[in-house]
Formats: sequence, C-alpha cells, structure tokens
Amino acid sequence: MDATSRAFVANARAGLGDAALQRSLARFQGGFTVKRREAAARLPEFEALRDRARAIKDHTLAALDHYLERFEEKVAESGGTVHWCRTPAEARAEILALCRAAGARTVTKSKSMIAEELDLNPFLEAHGIEPVETDLGEYIVQLAGERPSHIIAPAVHKTREQVADLFREKHGNDGRGAERIADLVEEARRALRPRYLAADVGITGANFLVAETGSSVVVTNEGNADLTQLLPRTHIVIATLEKVVPTLDDAATLMRVLARSATGQEFSTYTTVSTGPRRPGDADGPAAFHVVLLDNGRARMLGSPFQDALRCIKCGACMNHCPVYGAVGGHAYGWVYPGPIGAVLTPNLIGLEEARHLPEASSFCGRCEEVCPMRIPLPAMMRVLRQTAFERRLGPAAARAGIRAWAWLARRPALYRPATGFAVRLLGALGRRRGRFRRLPLARGWTVARDMPAPEGATFQALWRRRGRQWGQR
Amino acid sequence: MPATRRRVGLFVTCLVDLFRPTVGFAAAALLERAGCEVVVPAAQTCCGQPAYNSGARGHAKAIARAAVAAFEPFAATVAPSGSCAGMIRRHYPALFADEPAWAERAERLAARTFELVSFLTDECGVSEVDARYEDTAAYHDSCSGLRELGVRAQPRRLLATVEGLRLAELAAPDVCCGFGGTFCVKYPDVSARMAADKAADIRATGAGTVLAGDLGCLFNIAGRLSREGAPVRARHVAEVLAGLGDRPAIGEPARGPLSGR
Repeated sequence: MDATSRAFVANARAGLGDAALQRSLARFQGGFTVKRREAAARLPEFEALRDRARAIKDHTLAALDHYLERFEEKVAESGGTVHWCRTPAEARAEILALCRAAGARTVTKSKSMIAEELDLNPFLEAHGIEPVETDLGEYIVQLAGERPSHIIAPAVHKTREQVADLFREKHGNDGRGAERIADLVEEARRALRPRYLAADVGITGANFLVAETGSSVVVTNEGNADLTQLLPRTHIVIATLEKVVPTLDDAATLMRVLARSATGQEFSTYTTVSTGPRRPGDADGPAAFHVVLLDNGRARMLGSPFQDALRCIKCGACMNHCPVYGAVGGHAYGWVYPGPIGAVLTPNLIGLEEARHLPEASSFCGRCEEVCPMRIPLPAMMRVLRQTAFERRLGPAAARAGIRAWAWLARRPALYRPATGFAVRLLGALGRRRGRFRRLPLARGWTVARDMPAPEGATFQALWRRRGRQWGQR
Repeated sequence: MPATRRRVGLFVTCLVDLFRPTVGFAAAALLERAGCEVVVPAAQTCCGQPAYNSGARGHAKAIARAAVAAFEPFAATVAPSGSCAGMIRRHYPALFADEPAWAERAERLAARTFELVSFLTDECGVSEVDARYEDTAAYHDSCSGLRELGVRAQPRRLLATVEGLRLAELAAPDVCCGFGGTFCVKYPDVSARMAADKAADIRATGAGTVLAGDLGCLFNIAGRLSREGAPVRARHVAEVLAGLGDRPAIGEPARGPLSGR
C-alpha cells in the first residue's frame, strides 16, 4: 500500500484533532490494558509462558530455512501447494493466477495484514474480481473505503454511531438501521451470509504455519475464517516467512500468550487448523489448498539487529499500551503496522527514508516491551534505527547540530561550568518574579502547550563548592 | 551509623545541576543521614542520554567515558533520577559492547549505580524519614525508574513515613507523562496531549502536590499544570523526604536568596 509515514507529523495532528477518533481510542485503550492485566494475573505461569514462547520463535528463526522447507513438504504431502514469493508483485501475480484458474468472480477474505502489504483489494478489483472482507472490523473499513488502524481491531478508530451511519448508507435500509452493537453485528452477518456462499475463492491470513503437519492456523472471534476457507472451491493462505513454527504444540503455546496479550481472552473463540484440500470422506473443505508464502523484507531482517522483531505474533499489545498510539491513532503511522511494532517493522520493510519519524516518535517509556508476550526489545530497536538515521543525516540538520553541540560542551567540564552557569543565572534572573516562562526563544516546542519552569538561578555545582563541600576529584 | 561510612559519588544530573539545585542538596542530605559520605565530582556533566537516544552513539560514548572515569572511584554512584541511573546501569554496558576494556569498566560502574530513593531503602536500609509535609500528594512513576530499575514501592514506602503527608494514587501512575527527553520538543503536539492526560489524572485525585523521582518529567508535568492554571505544586520526591518541602515548588516564584540549606 502507498505509505504516508513521511507525513507522520501532519497525520498525528489530524488524529489529535479528530474528536470521534479520540473518544474511540480512549475507550478501547482503557479496556484492552485492563483485560490484558487481568488475564495475565489469572495465569500464574504467564511470565514463564512468555519465556517459552520467545524460545520457540528464537529456535525457529535460527533454523527458518529448515522449517519452511519442511512445511512445504508437508503441504505437498497433504495435496496443497506452496508458492514462494519474494515481493508483493510476485505474490499478487500468484494470487491472481490462482483466482483465474478457479474462475473467480468474488473472493471472500478473512483478516490479513499481509493482504494490506500486498494492497490486495484494489489489485483484485482492478482485475475484475470482487473482494469481500468478512471480519466485522475489516468489513466496516472496506465499506468506508478506509484502511485498518489497528492490527487486531481494524475499525477501532470508528465510533458505534459512525458505523451505524455507514451501514444505513451502504446497506440501503431506508434510514432504519441498527443502533446497538449487537444489532450492527447482526446486520453485518445478514449482509455477509450470501457472500460466503457465492464466493469462488477464500483467502485467509495465518497466525501460524505448522512445519510438522503443513497446516495453517487461524484464530478469530467471529468464525468468519472458517466460512471463508471451508465454503469456496479454492482456499488461499497468505502468510509471511516468520509465521512458521515447528509443531502444533508450539502453536498451542503461542496461542496461550496470544489471546491473553491481545484481548485478555484465555483463548480466541475460534481456532481453525487447515491441512490441505478436502480429502475423500471429509464432510467439507475446499478442492484446492494454496499457501502464498511472502518474504517482502523478512529474510533481510534475519541476522540483523532486528531479527528479534520477527518473533512478533501480531497480538497488538504494544499498540494497546502505547501512549503515542493512544494519542494519534493507527492511521498516523502511515503504513500497514502502527504502534511500536510498526515503528520497527515499517522502516525495515519500506525504508527508513519513508518511515524515519516512526522510531523517533516515541518517548521510550518502555510499556510496549513490558507487555510484549515475545519480549521484543522494541525501544532498543527504535534506538538502532535512530542511530542509522543520525548517521545517514535523515532528520533535520538543526536537531543533529544541537546534539553535537551539547555533546561537545558536555565533554569539556571546564567550559561547561561557566557556560551553563551563565545561562542559568540569566534565565533564573529573568524568570525569578513569575517562576516560569510562558514563551522562550528557541523553545516553542516546549512552550506551545506548557510553561517552562525557571531555573533556581545558580548551578548545584557552584552552590556546593561555595559551601566548601567539595572533596575528592580535582 | 556504621563505623566506616560508604563513600558515595553523587551524580547530580544535568537537569538538577542547572535547573533545581535544591534536589541535589536534598539528595546529599538524605545520603548523609543514611550514613554515607557524599562526594560531588566536579568533572561530571551529563550521562549522555540525549545523545544516546538521538542515535548519536559516538557522542554518547564520548560523554559516557568521562562519566565512567569520574565515578569509578566510588563505592556507589547515586543519582536523583531513574532516567540517568538507568542510562548508566542498563545502557552503558551495551554502549561499549564493541570495546571490551571500556565495557568492563562500564559494567563495574553499572553494577554500583543506583537511583536515589531505591538506594536509600534497598542498599542503606532506610525505612523512615524525619520530615513533615502537610498535603495530599500523588506520586507519578517515571518510566525509566519504574521499568528499567524497578522503582515503585520504595518511594511510596518512605513517603508513608512523612508526617502530615497523605498519598493519593493516580488512575494511571505508570503511563508516560510525555516528556521523553528530546521527544517532547520533536513531537510537541503528541507530547502535549500526553502531558494533558497526565495533568487530568493528577487533578482528578484532588492532590495538592505531585511528586516524582525525575526532574524531566516534573518540569513537563509542572509546566502543563501551570499552563492550565491548576493549583497543584510539583516537587522532586527527594525534597519532601529531606524536609525541604517548604522551598518554592517547581515553577513557583523564588523567595529570597538561593542557598544550600
């Protein structure tokens, strides 16, 4: 998808000024953080489970080629096909070929962030194939002509009232229309049911690919992935390389931390394991089973300082707990993945030139790392990206010059003392009467929304020495 | 008082040194009362965190080398800041990962570097203070102290022994106030919104004072509260613990000449 990460500052301002968005964000972040904390507290071994989950992914990533090849073998044994794709363009071409082979006119889709990376919906539409999103949030976002703003709650930026208005407009129900959430869900179900039955191809994402069985595993709370993959003649799974895990047991361990971290549930409502196409004697299932396995920059992250980010199981806990995400919303980040994981993935996948703001726009409060079930050191990774940006001079020159000047002065105590002492005396004298400044030259970033407390007027070092309390060094 | 006094290097931090010496004197007083000999190395300036977090690793290293040299003679290095103590304790070793000789020195210093309040309780066994402060105070957990150093219970434990002080808990004491070092001026809109949320949380408790262990956060919070015209005083926790809570609060007009005690 076309990125607007470069415009983060303007995007953020738009988000901050959107009253409906602000109401939605406040409600959702409050709810998810409490639910996660309660779910973690209910499970005494939760912290140990996080360690096991991390170990599973570390082990897999260290032997990724082995597990991917094993996965492919097992998919082939069960009658399916794996399509290796390096780039979004290759993946789109592969998916289009599969759709055409199935004579597809409509395609149902369950939630997939990889489809967003591929910009799949506009591509299919351009080729005369109608994609129908079946996850409620994705369905809302598709109807509205928008993009997901969260990886597990795509329409979290919309209020109930906005959704009601949207449904009234798009479902053409004469201005009647549901108002309660349960009624909105029912209305979406009614609209979607015939689409499931009419679809020629079902496309799902995958939470996990299981190497020992060649299975894909999808979790949902709506059961929409089941209908998407069971009813059409062809089932296409789209997933990236790092989704593979060695065994079904491993997938089960990861699912135990996934739902708790994401929504605070013990387990998602539906967990669907698909292994190959329908076999003789099966009650249902597709006639063809394909896995489009996409790299799109992941292989490059292996062996880099960002390898650990590939442990991500896309639970969304980092953004649920991020105060920056909570302030600006997901669209501000300008590409597929918002929040702290987006601040690490986006520069890696589409380039630091486009996405340099994302790792900068963090106060490094560390809440993301604290709640990440896979213990990904997100702030440390953002710091590495800032280092690259600094070295490649991507940010404003004035900021770099400021840091260089401060560092130069801080290394020279004999100069630092008189220089800072003078500045502090001056500011202290100017601010003495009010105790604070409402405006200060060169400090607009600070004073635009808060006062600057005045310094007390002398440095601690000077006062301490004047009192004859200086021992030791020099 | 122990027979041999522990010789402590006070890493006063650049913000305390330049903006609020009162915190430095409060820290020195608390350390001395806990039986430490307090030394303030004249060679100290900054821990290097602004450079480090801006991606200027080379500059951060240069500053860190000077700090390591200035503080390695001491039995302990103590800072009235979870952020600067966290920088030395958690990040100096990583900063020198590619220079074994410096890494070893950095690790030795890191192991002996502490945030002030947790040093008092956990290393010196201080369980109460002799101080009085008549107000309800809300305590904000600064992110670095909380998440890098595990400072949470210690300040609350000591504040509970301050005569006259009633502690009020914020609804979200562990959510960032929006300071974040250079973040607050690079992304002022986002930072301002976070500061406004924090100010709203503080005002909702009805507390007359907000306390924290980091001057950066406190300046941000105090600046936002005063811009809103809220009658809430902001102070470093060390000031109240040391009995210096009668000084003008952060951002209040000065009264008389500034002195150590």
